[in-house]
Amino acid sequence: MTLFLVRRLIQGVLIIAAMSLIVFLGVYAIGNPVEILINPDATPEIKQQAIEKLGLDKPVHEQYGYFLVRALQGDLGNSFIYDEPALKLILAAMPATLELAIASLVLAMVFGIPLGMVAGYWPDAWFSKLIMSGSILGFSLPSFWVGLMLIVLFAVHWGLLPSGGRGETVPILGIEVSFLTWDGLKHLFLPALNLALFKIALVIRLTRAGMRETLQQDYIKFAYAKGLSVRRVVFVHAFRNILIPIVTVLGLELGTVIAFAVVTETIFSWPGMGKLIIDSINLLDRPIIVAYLMLTVLMFVVINLLVDITYSFIDPRVRLTEMDE
Amino acid sequence: MSLVDEDTPTAAPQPPIRKEQTGFAKFAADYAESPTAVIALISCVLILLAAIFAPYVTPQDPYDLANLDLMDSRLEPGEVGMTGMVHWLGTDGQGRDLFSAIIYGLRISLGVGVVAGVVALTVGTIVGLTAAFFGGRVDTIIMRLVEFQLSFPAILIALIMLAVLGQGVDKIIIALVAVQWAYFARTVRSAALVERRREYIDAARCLGLSRSRIMFGHLMPNCIAPLIVVATVQVANAIALEATLSFLGLGMPVTQPSLGLLIANGFEYVLSGRYWISTYPGIALLITIVSINLVGDRIRDVLNPRLDT
Repeated sequence: MTLFLVRRLIQGVLIIAAMSLIVFLGVYAIGNPVEILINPDATPEIKQQAIEKLGLDKPVHEQYGYFLVRALQGDLGNSFIYDEPALKLILAAMPATLELAIASLVLAMVFGIPLGMVAGYWPDAWFSKLIMSGSILGFSLPSFWVGLMLIVLFAVHWGLLPSGGRGETVPILGIEVSFLTWDGLKHLFLPALNLALFKIALVIRLTRAGMRETLQQDYIKFAYAKGLSVRRVVFVHAFRNILIPIVTVLGLELGTVIAFAVVTETIFSWPGMGKLIIDSINLLDRPIIVAYLMLTVLMFVVINLLVDITYSFIDPRVRLTEMDE
Repeated sequence: MSLVDEDTPTAAPQPPIRKEQTGFAKFAADYAESPTAVIALISCVLILLAAIFAPYVTPQDPYDLANLDLMDSRLEPGEVGMTGMVHWLGTDGQGRDLFSAIIYGLRISLGVGVVAGVVALTVGTIVGLTAAFFGGRVDTIIMRLVEFQLSFPAILIALIMLAVLGQGVDKIIIALVAVQWAYFARTVRSAALVERRREYIDAARCLGLSRSRIMFGHLMPNCIAPLIVVATVQVANAIALEATLSFLGLGMPVTQPSLGLLIANGFEYVLSGRYWISTYPGIALLITIVSINLVGDRIRDVLNPRLDT
């Protein structure tokens, strides 16, 4: 297990190093680094100072060294627009994105599990077929367009819910959250639903498959034989067992949800990391772009590491084949 | 007629009709068993024809400024414009007939999706065949790269590519190819690994054929079936991803208004209740993606009889 972990960690570090090289070359080598990293409105003296400070007059391999050292110290440059450290701005936007991502995973379970259980318990009924067709649609619908349609229906046509923003927030441990106020919840619902759509379809399929498989098991037959009610068998005996894979898969999907939040946040003006990166790309605020890319790659390497570890616990064969290589 | 008849003139009874059909006729007959898939195929063909012959099927060239009248802007669906033309789907902010804009947008979206799909198919096939054919260390390195890439969400990779490369039609095609080649490589490799052990490959090797001839002349044609399925699905994915990126303002430039860009243009009017500018291009996008996916699904089912049960 330790060997497996160490190998995975080394791989992760290599990936981050490779990624930092790609980002470095992309930003420094393709464009003119002076234009990219120094505010174009700065005076010539400030520019000269910055060039010396950033080491832009040095050869490329030395510059990469400087870039790495500064990145390791958490210094990824200052934003042109806000004139604050890029990393600080991104970390400040992170809680909003995480709140949205977690809310959408919760919604995926709240909608997906009951629908999937119905479709799994009565696999041939017309409403089950309707649910399954709906889940196919959930996979095919372009999510940004669904977001717009949610705004058209709920915000503009019916005027039930706000179309954007975070609403009223409450601080918990210094982090502002929306889900504790009624106004915040109203703002959270549409974007979370939009982001959850794909996952709802996924959960429906997982639950249905799990339900159909579990109901064939001997312990379910035994529970019926004991004379337990259908309700108890389905909701206690079967439910617990189908819940495990669903929760695992959804946990592993957290990374994808955070990546896709870019789209949802833009539509619903949700002030998270995704909206920040899109705004920064449009405003050419390059230090934020670099910082976002580095941070996201780091986050994904960590998530993938956790996924591998989780899988190696669930399925020891993964660990063993790794060892053999 | 056929070799069988010459060899056995006394002739056993003919095999059932189904088996006498050529490969394609059987495939077509199997495909037609699902009415949904037939409708999806018809819809794909219609969409393709509309996109190719856009200037002939649209009432207006939406990008010829001489045709546009700002007085016609933001007309509701069904309203009659200044020239007496009925705008069945309404007009956009510049007074363009939305139906015409959608057909022209389809042309751009499909074009980008198909070009990206074909390039990714080519790259992925070459890489996948190389991995399977040479095996060993080459295979390990290539498959590590594929696995690594597939562990990142497509939208994130495209976002990184576009943030580094900048905007433009060529850039978005590069980004789409970068996202998709791995799927093709994985599919080709697993098909080629099976085919590689077949006797005809040994035979070709014994004949002293060159490696590239064996790879592309013998191995590749036998790996095509699963590739067709992946290719259809990936074209649909490319169209959806391009639309998403264009909507975010990272994709197509304003001079190339794909469906995603049309939807983005309608975004600013959504809050004032002018829903149609975003809604109808989205429905066109949805029909395109669902049709292509249904066709791909059906082809997979027909080619994989095991899934019938």
